[in-house]
Amino acid sequence: MKKYIKVNATFDCDGNLLPEYIYWDEDRKYPIDKITDIRYAASLKAGGAGIRYTCMILGKERFLFLEENRWFVDTRENK
Amino acid sequence: MDILSTVDRNKYKKDRVILHSDCNGFYASVECLHNPQLRDKPVAVSGDAENRHGIILAKNEIAKKYNVKTGEAIWQAKQKCPELVTLPPHFELYKRFSKMARRIYSDYTDRIENFGLDEAWLDLTNSIDNDGYKTALEIKSRIKEELGITVSIGVSFNKIFAKFGSDYKKPDAVTCITRENYKDIVWNSPAGDLLYVGRATGNKLNRIGIYTIGDIANASPDILRKLLGKWGDLIYGFANGFDSSPVAHMDENIEVKSIGNSTTTPRDMKTFDDVKVVMYVLCDSVCRRMREQGFMAKTVGISIRDNELNSFTRQCTLESYTCLTKDITQSAFSLFKRSYKMQRPLRSIGVSVTDFVHDNIPHQISFLQDEERLMQNEKLDKTLDVLKKRFGNYIVRPAVLLNDRGLSSFNPKDDHVIHPVGYL
Repeated sequence: MKKYIKVNATFDCDGNLLPEYIYWDEDRKYPIDKITDIRYAASLKAGGAGIRYTCMILGKERFLFLEENRWFVDTRENK
Repeated sequence: MDILSTVDRNKYKKDRVILHSDCNGFYASVECLHNPQLRDKPVAVSGDAENRHGIILAKNEIAKKYNVKTGEAIWQAKQKCPELVTLPPHFELYKRFSKMARRIYSDYTDRIENFGLDEAWLDLTNSIDNDGYKTALEIKSRIKEELGITVSIGVSFNKIFAKFGSDYKKPDAVTCITRENYKDIVWNSPAGDLLYVGRATGNKLNRIGIYTIGDIANASPDILRKLLGKWGDLIYGFANGFDSSPVAHMDENIEVKSIGNSTTTPRDMKTFDDVKVVMYVLCDSVCRRMREQGFMAKTVGISIRDNELNSFTRQCTLESYTCLTKDITQSAFSLFKRSYKMQRPLRSIGVSVTDFVHDNIPHQISFLQDEERLMQNEKLDKTLDVLKKRFGNYIVRPAVLLNDRGLSSFNPKDDHVIHPVGYL
């Protein structure tokens, strides 16, 4: 399942867009501890393509996708 | 004249490295990517059946196995494959994916020429790494990884054979057509597999015993020219690998040679008044597009298809160049009246303009025409263009369109953002 989510992100001085927090169901907010990889990729599980951020959230690796101007997560995030 | 003697051999001393990349079942692949639950089902993207645009635009590999063909009606496809899932097209999404593919191509070369949304030629001759096969494999795997769809790529020394290569093995494949193997691969294929040999040309060639591309290559150019005119020379050259047409630079704008719009109406057009309504809408779109490009045209063409799917085209030349909606509409409608007497109701009509000059060239004022009226009409058209641009297509319309809103409520200018392209 593809789930669009609210994300807090910042632009750094070099113009890179970096997500900092994700919101799950409005009330739950999780910090992104670390971004380990950024690349263009498709998500076959969720169904979509864009820029894929590999993030560490609560000690686990999660994929966060930027599809034009919306963020989505793939099925592993949705469980 | 022996055509071989006219070929500049120097041009072929250093072979080019050309790739042709073709996204497999593009619309359907993008839809399947976005709908994971459909991936194991036969899927086709089709037009809107209620508005009588119900033909198959693209199909996935599973639907292909049922022999579902692009261009056939939905009901025909469903007869072959009852469980076929048909989806409406999302052109904005396809344009985004086309752009994403182009971004990948641009990492390898700046000579990229798009051929529709889903195909492109790449010229790697002057790239640092010009190993065509290796680059093709890399592009193929990057598109799969980054876009989630598959491509087939042809690698060759000219554009025609590169395109042939991308059609040769599908999906998700790379085919190299070299000077060593083209006689084995290309020449043994049916004549219809060559670009610009369609059904009609294929039938003509069959009649004189030409069945394969090799037959074309070994035929006498004089015979081909007698049979097909200048196209005979063209396909003779294609079949022999003499194509030296360049791959356009990615920033190059392809020269516009004609502007046209056509539509299949929600119901058949039975009277001249029906045709008039639809023609007004089409001409308005064509003329606005022409003015946007800064052109004036001298030739107006119409295409007509009746409810038994017989179709024909007619064109006429105007006395002077014009970009006025009123003049083009009147010419198109009077051409229609001269060409067709409403023997049968019509299913679709189209209007096109060709033979352009730029609208800023000086022109001779005529004694016989009311030049003041022309200037007034030009001002009026420009004002209407601005109004429509600012407030939408329906903000101001000719009263005749209110007679039948069912026929007139379409917007060819903005609804059809993807325009067909030709190779020549």
